[in-house]
Amino acid sequence: MIAPLPPVATARSYRPPGSLVIRIEGVTKLYRMGAETVHALRGVNVEIRRNEYLAIMGPSGSGKSTLMNMLGCLDTPTGGRYDFNGKNVAHMVDDELAEIRNREIGFVFQTFNLLPRSDALHNVELPLVYAGVGPAERRERALEALKNVGLGDRVHHKPNELSGGQRQRVAIARALVNRPSILLADEPTGNLDSRTGEEIMALFEQLYDQGNTIIVVTHEEDIARHARRIVRLRDGLIERDERPGA
Amino acid sequence: MTRGIYELTESFRIAFGQIRANAMRSVLTALGVIIGIVAVTLMGTAINGIDIGFNRSLALLGDDVLYVQRWPWRRVPDWWNYVNRPAIQVEQAERLNRIFEATPGSLLEVAVPVGARGTNVKAGDVKLGGVMLFGTNSDYSRIVTAEVAAGRLFTEFEANAGRSVCVLGSGVAENLFPGRPALGQTVDIRGQHFSVVGVLAKQGEFLGLFSFDNQIIVPLNAMRKLWGNRMDLQLRVKVTDKTKLTQAEEELTGAMRRVRGQLPAERDNFSINQQQAFKEQLDPVKTGIAVAGLFITGLSLFVGAIGIMNITFVSVKERTKEIGTRKALGARRRTILLQFLIEAVSICLIGGAVGLAITYVTCLGISGALPELPVEFSGSLMIVSMAVSILTGVISGFAPALGASRLDPVEALRYE
Repeated sequence: MIAPLPPVATARSYRPPGSLVIRIEGVTKLYRMGAETVHALRGVNVEIRRNEYLAIMGPSGSGKSTLMNMLGCLDTPTGGRYDFNGKNVAHMVDDELAEIRNREIGFVFQTFNLLPRSDALHNVELPLVYAGVGPAERRERALEALKNVGLGDRVHHKPNELSGGQRQRVAIARALVNRPSILLADEPTGNLDSRTGEEIMALFEQLYDQGNTIIVVTHEEDIARHARRIVRLRDGLIERDERPGA
Repeated sequence: MTRGIYELTESFRIAFGQIRANAMRSVLTALGVIIGIVAVTLMGTAINGIDIGFNRSLALLGDDVLYVQRWPWRRVPDWWNYVNRPAIQVEQAERLNRIFEATPGSLLEVAVPVGARGTNVKAGDVKLGGVMLFGTNSDYSRIVTAEVAAGRLFTEFEANAGRSVCVLGSGVAENLFPGRPALGQTVDIRGQHFSVVGVLAKQGEFLGLFSFDNQIIVPLNAMRKLWGNRMDLQLRVKVTDKTKLTQAEEELTGAMRRVRGQLPAERDNFSINQQQAFKEQLDPVKTGIAVAGLFITGLSLFVGAIGIMNITFVSVKERTKEIGTRKALGARRRTILLQFLIEAVSICLIGGAVGLAITYVTCLGISGALPELPVEFSGSLMIVSMAVSILTGVISGFAPALGASRLDPVEALRYE
């Protein structure tokens, strides 16, 4: 299934894949819409390792969003097996999934999803609150995460006092603050102009170099090109799993 | 454990942020709770006041004194069984006292005859109508419930001799001798001059019906010189142990039947009254007032609770996407549940505190304007109403909060 390692490109770094983080085997997802049954996923197999930078692509209706929800432990599959760091999460209950989301997954949303009345610092602290980290450490780690995305001087700004690109940086800091196994970004540049979008993608590049594992879900070829590996979905199945830049 | 505390502080932070952000809406919602809490606490205060008033009045009767009279202290539908009862005689008190002395371990200490009638009195140019005149002997000092504010009660010698001395209730003293000491003055009762040897301390009204301060006490023998037997005579009997009132009453019934020479088959031709009888009559009334009052005022609190529930539903709906985000970041069900519960409880607590403050000020106003009314703003009332506020918040916030906690994260995130 896994293609041989592509040759190293001059323009960008490749890091050797590490241990297995995600293994999906024969995963299916059915939705019942009234009398009709929709097969969103029809048997997907995928393995994702530490240090990968992966894009999931596909047109609307391809099952891309369903797969992302599954990978993010927001939803559970109808059939098949999903191992996250060796633990089968396919049959976990709500609160167990919340625990995984909190500790292992950093979400970045298209619409940023920041709390409008909280400043950047508190937004970034939030996952640490749910993880039970004390106030002092929380603050310290959140400040560090904000500094890392270049917002060290904006920590007390509310979302409406920040530009779109800055908001997405806050969201990325929030996603990384609890040191997750994967960063899961859903159309991270969808609400940004192309120049700001490129800035965010450059930040992703930098985060990848720092040792983060990144999964980007997108329908834009330009965005997907930044990844080291592209998984293309069509009609609920993996159409191609390619490693460009070779 | 510590995580719970962090989540709790986070919940309070969200709640107060939310209340501040929606100030107008929160104030209007809290208003429902404020009105409810004011209504309930004012009612509670009133009920408390009624209770205190009852007990104060009953204490004036003495809780260790039995009253032997022709009529009982309750309504009798068969009045014809009572109307022909023989009158109570002064001599019967002496005979009762002899029986008490002869009975080893008697629960009865002393029987005191008290004659009562209404009359007009005069002091100089001041005339006073509708005064209760009591005639008794020197044993009265053993059953009296009022303090003697000035002077003394009359002596055994004065009582036996029927000397023209009197002890005034505080109201009579003030009315007859305004602004000057009554002690040593003379009161004209039915043309007879009585010199004032004592004045009683203020006692207050009995259930708002008549005032215990509107009385004059004279030796019974002096009273009989003026009216003969045209007075209502009763025997007041002091018991040795007020925890054994029932046994004491039985003993007194037996003694009184002996004194009256009643045959075993005959029904008692006298009644023994005590404050307990009043209590038994008044307690159902009190309970009725309390239940009805709290139910009616509780309705307004219920309306307030519906307001809270409504606003919490709206809050959950508005922030569906935020709930989705929080769940994606790792908030568990109980965290979300707690967040919205605390929001509902916070509004209720603020409403409850404001309501209590309004009640407190109202109580101060009432007791300032009408010091006679026994209005009591108690600490327990405060605790109870804050507990009721919290309970209102929990009950009304629970359904919407539970709904929020069970939202599917995928759908919540998609919600616009």
